[in-house]
Amino acid sequence: MNDMTPNREERVANLKGLGCKRKRVEDARFTQGKGNYVDDIKLPGMLFGDFVRSPYAHARIKSINAEAALALPGVIAVLTAKDLEPLGLHWMPTLAGDKQMVLADGKVLFQGQEVAFVVASDRYVAADAIELVEVEYDDLPVITDPFKALEDGATVLREDIADKKEGAHGPRRHHNHIFLWEEGNKAATEAVISSADVVAEEMVYYHRTHPCPLETCGCVASMDKINGKLTLYGTFQAPHVVRTVASLLSGIDEHNIRVVSPDIGGGFGNKVGVYPGYVCSIVASIVTGKPVKWIEDRMDNLMATAFARDYWMQGKIAATKEGKITGLWCHVTADHGAFDACADPTKYPAGFFHICTGSYDIPVAYVGVDGVYTNKAPGGVAYRCSFRVTEAAYFIERMIEILAQKLDMDAAELRRINFIRKEQFPYHSALGWEYDSGDYHTAWDKALEAVDYKGLRKEQAERLEAFKRGETRKLMGIGLTFFTEIVGAGPVKNCDILGMGMFDSCEIRIHPTGSAIARLGTISQGQGHATTFAQILASEIGISADKITVEEGDTDTAPYGLGTYGSRSTPVAGAATALAGRKIRAKAQMIAAYLLEVHDNDLEWDVDRFVVKGAPERFKTMAEIAYASYNQAIPGLEPGLEAVSYYDPPNMTYPFGAYICVMDIDVDTGVADIRQFYALDDCGTRINPMVIEGQVHGGLTEALAIAMGQEIAYDEMGNVKTGTLMDFFLPTAWETPNYVTDHTETPSPHHPIGAKGVGESPNVGGVPAFSNAVHDAFRAFGLKQSHMPHDHWRIWKTANKLGLHG
Amino acid sequence: MIPPAFEYHRPTDIAGALGVIAEHGDEARVIAGGHSLIPMMKLRMVEIAHLIDLQDVADLKGISVGETIRIGAMVTQHGLINDAALSAAAPILREAALQIADPQVRYCGTVGGNVANGDPGNDMPGLMQCLDATFTLVGPDGSRDVPAREFYEAAYTTAREDDEILTAISFAKPAGGYAYEKQKRKIGDYATAAAAVLIEKQGGKITAASIAMTNLSDIPVFSEAAGDALKGTDGTGAALDKAVAAMLADIDPTEDNRGPVEFKKHVAGVILRRAIARAVDRA
Ligand SMILES: Cc1cc2nc3c(=O)[nH]c(=O)nc-3n(C[C@H](O)[C@H](O)[C@H](O)COP(=O)(O)OP(=O)(O)OC[C@H]3O[C@@H](n4cnc5c(N)ncnc54)[C@H](O)[C@@H]3O)c2cc1C
Repeated sequence: MNDMTPNREERVANLKGLGCKRKRVEDARFTQGKGNYVDDIKLPGMLFGDFVRSPYAHARIKSINAEAALALPGVIAVLTAKDLEPLGLHWMPTLAGDKQMVLADGKVLFQGQEVAFVVASDRYVAADAIELVEVEYDDLPVITDPFKALEDGATVLREDIADKKEGAHGPRRHHNHIFLWEEGNKAATEAVISSADVVAEEMVYYHRTHPCPLETCGCVASMDKINGKLTLYGTFQAPHVVRTVASLLSGIDEHNIRVVSPDIGGGFGNKVGVYPGYVCSIVASIVTGKPVKWIEDRMDNLMATAFARDYWMQGKIAATKEGKITGLWCHVTADHGAFDACADPTKYPAGFFHICTGSYDIPVAYVGVDGVYTNKAPGGVAYRCSFRVTEAAYFIERMIEILAQKLDMDAAELRRINFIRKEQFPYHSALGWEYDSGDYHTAWDKALEAVDYKGLRKEQAERLEAFKRGETRKLMGIGLTFFTEIVGAGPVKNCDILGMGMFDSCEIRIHPTGSAIARLGTISQGQGHATTFAQILASEIGISADKITVEEGDTDTAPYGLGTYGSRSTPVAGAATALAGRKIRAKAQMIAAYLLEVHDNDLEWDVDRFVVKGAPERFKTMAEIAYASYNQAIPGLEPGLEAVSYYDPPNMTYPFGAYICVMDIDVDTGVADIRQFYALDDCGTRINPMVIEGQVHGGLTEALAIAMGQEIAYDEMGNVKTGTLMDFFLPTAWETPNYVTDHTETPSPHHPIGAKGVGESPNVGGVPAFSNAVHDAFRAFGLKQSHMPHDHWRIWKTANKLGLHG
Repeated sequence: MIPPAFEYHRPTDIAGALGVIAEHGDEARVIAGGHSLIPMMKLRMVEIAHLIDLQDVADLKGISVGETIRIGAMVTQHGLINDAALSAAAPILREAALQIADPQVRYCGTVGGNVANGDPGNDMPGLMQCLDATFTLVGPDGSRDVPAREFYEAAYTTAREDDEILTAISFAKPAGGYAYEKQKRKIGDYATAAAAVLIEKQGGKITAASIAMTNLSDIPVFSEAAGDALKGTDGTGAALDKAVAAMLADIDPTEDNRGPVEFKKHVAGVILRRAIARAVDRA
């Protein structure tokens, strides 16, 4: 038998465990169009719901007349706030401690707001019927500017809470004010700034954009009146949270609710919150006794479901003449739209924005964030980032550039002299975080060398001279970024959503013939969990990843978890997976000891088996152990081989990276040509390098979009100007530059396998890299700040203002 | 994003199509590639009770290349790109068609639909004005020809009567150098500004120049003055400045998400300069 045994190297390769560039197991079905998305779900007798939406950004509703709609054959019902009110469902709580109208209650507060829900026999009838619902509006003054919203005498937006002086996050100082959230030492920071050698000050705006997943949001609600069970299929990034919230809202016992997230076509934070469509579908299904489907179209999605960013960040950064940073001050005016529906851990109304000291050793800092209501769609979700981490990274990486300019210093060097040093980890930041690990200098040096930074600067200087001589109309920009993220929310002691602690979970069952199924509390939306979590487990339990099914998204079968967003799946559920695997292995060791008639301690683990120490020919493979666990009576042990682990992380993880972007900018047309992009990521232990690379490519492309053109723009009347993909920029392969990826590996000291999460790094680090390149191209002409997105006309305007058009 | 209900007709000849129009009048409309019409129907910006699909009408297809070039209305943009004889005889068509939308749209979108649509964003109308093409229209009273330069009246309003079908586009085989220059925000976008330029040269001097601009007014802009400014010159220096100034006097852009008027004018000038330089170079 031993002759037949593959050697150790082969056995390791067979596992396809940690570090293996395993192909994604999901892709076979996705690339063949065989995914099963929510709109693929068709239940017998299913009805279809669609919304009448407000054309106005702010208006009083005088009347709603549904007669003509109800007369249309196939229309079953038209729900308005009046119908939901007796159930107490015309408003619903948001994840941020505010409440939100499910259907317009007396007035509308943003364009696209849900006014009435039409239920019809099919989606075509529903689409005709929404046109027939007559709504009379009286328009009201519109506020789209958060600074104007806070002026004395500004129109009251939220009449329901106009007199409330206290909100979910403390005092409100104005009727359109939501909260002021502060962290750090304000007095000490201001003292440092007032006596500093050098202070750079700037307003940095991170514009409003939208996650725009390829699949829009939707659900199918199915109430079985016989057994009292509600099944809710939908595009949920956090199915268990949806179940609990649905139970609390509806009064249906939680065991009678089953929430299923089928395949999800991208989430990026857009699918974390609870939307009126879900509530209306559930109510409609309860009322009609039939399944009800609601699917947004693209315009609905861009107009009404959760946006991202919209942060006005006023910054001051102080330094010595030599460039050592001595303090950082920041005040944010955060435009939350009509309802505060951010999806942040409850205690953090500005998310983890206080990671904004970045990768730098800054002795003292202060941040204050004012949340403000405006007549825009609610949201403020973490678009492919941990909570407000992209905003923070953009802020500090712009401030560093602006400081470098003020000091007349090279921005790469300024970063280097301020980095937190390797020996300072675990590092306590001035704003209260404990950075678990890092080696920034090594990563930075590697990156600068890889792109020949000195050579690039020389070329740039030559180009500038040629430009000044009139030989070229193109400037060259070198965009630098060094980012540190904070992901993996999070420790239950300070991270919860609506009181639910942000642990996560994994449950494993080993089958008698040595294959396995693992179920997790998370849900993949394209991240490739079925591939990578099987790899984590393979390395822990010695069963090939090919023989491990990973299942997520069905609350009737999966263990409770808080879902997938904020790069939390690997740091939290990945840790639970490893630890559940270790429980399996511990029991397997006892079984092997019994079978081999030795003491537990006489065995050692070797890839896929337990071996008797000093007698390598005596072993039991995991497959043999699994079989025995079910089929052999082992004294003192229960039959079976299963384990479950709920993991409460002791800390967040802190992935970091160095990104460098080189672009040529045509000052006459505003066209920016990205000729080089280098991305070094350190996400700790690398589970699957190919999946990492895919995540980085995707995230960088989103970053490109955001920095260079993507936005949700409103006119002064509150009309959405970018409601279709003609105007809302989603890059194709054509616009996407070539990316060079690289890495260093600094494992997380507290994570069972040292992994940190990577899916969001490229969005967090990419945006400042692209934006800094644009700014850098104009640095020689004195440009300090020009707001994103850097589309053609805005770049042109920058050049024009700097007098570059003669 | 679901259009209202409609009746679908699929005639196999022009007479059949005209018959449906005669029967239903205003309520009927032809559909070619559908890549302008269907989005408008889905947005419920137009409601059409009777949709007449032209794809089975063989007489509307085909390209013939001689001293005169004739392109059937139902030739797709992909068809233009892929036709070797056409690309050799009038390479500006290929160059322009490659800058329309994306491959998926070009497989469906037709040249007839593009010029008949009347959207100022369409690239083919300006191109056809540059080529001095003629559109053939067939209606209940027979056939008539309208020059592209006289076809456009306002956005979505053309010289075509509601009961006429555009059957073909013809133009003399162009001589000399050419360029189609377009700035857009991304693939699949309409032009921020686009310029079609044809230049003929003799002994280093320009003898003929034709210039038309796209998406810089509510109709395509054939700028005769811009072309005239180049005649008898080498197309650089003061002559080029004069041509650009003439073009700028003819366009009338409006602000949209692509940018403000000032920017569009600036880009129009830059684009035209580049197009002229390339066309002169190729002449
Ligand atoms: C994403 C996207 C990007 C695009 N980008 C561009 C671009 O950059 N440049 C560009 O030029 N176009 C662009 N288009 C439009 C595309 O080229 C269309 O295909 C074209 O405008 C219309 O051609 P069609 O065959 O699709 O016409 P249809 O959409 O079928 O018809 C358009 C109109 O013309 C009428 N019509 C069609 N054929 C005839 C006929 N033979 N006689 C009389 N009337 C007729 C129809 O009744 C309708 O009113 C884009 C479209 C999309 C969807």
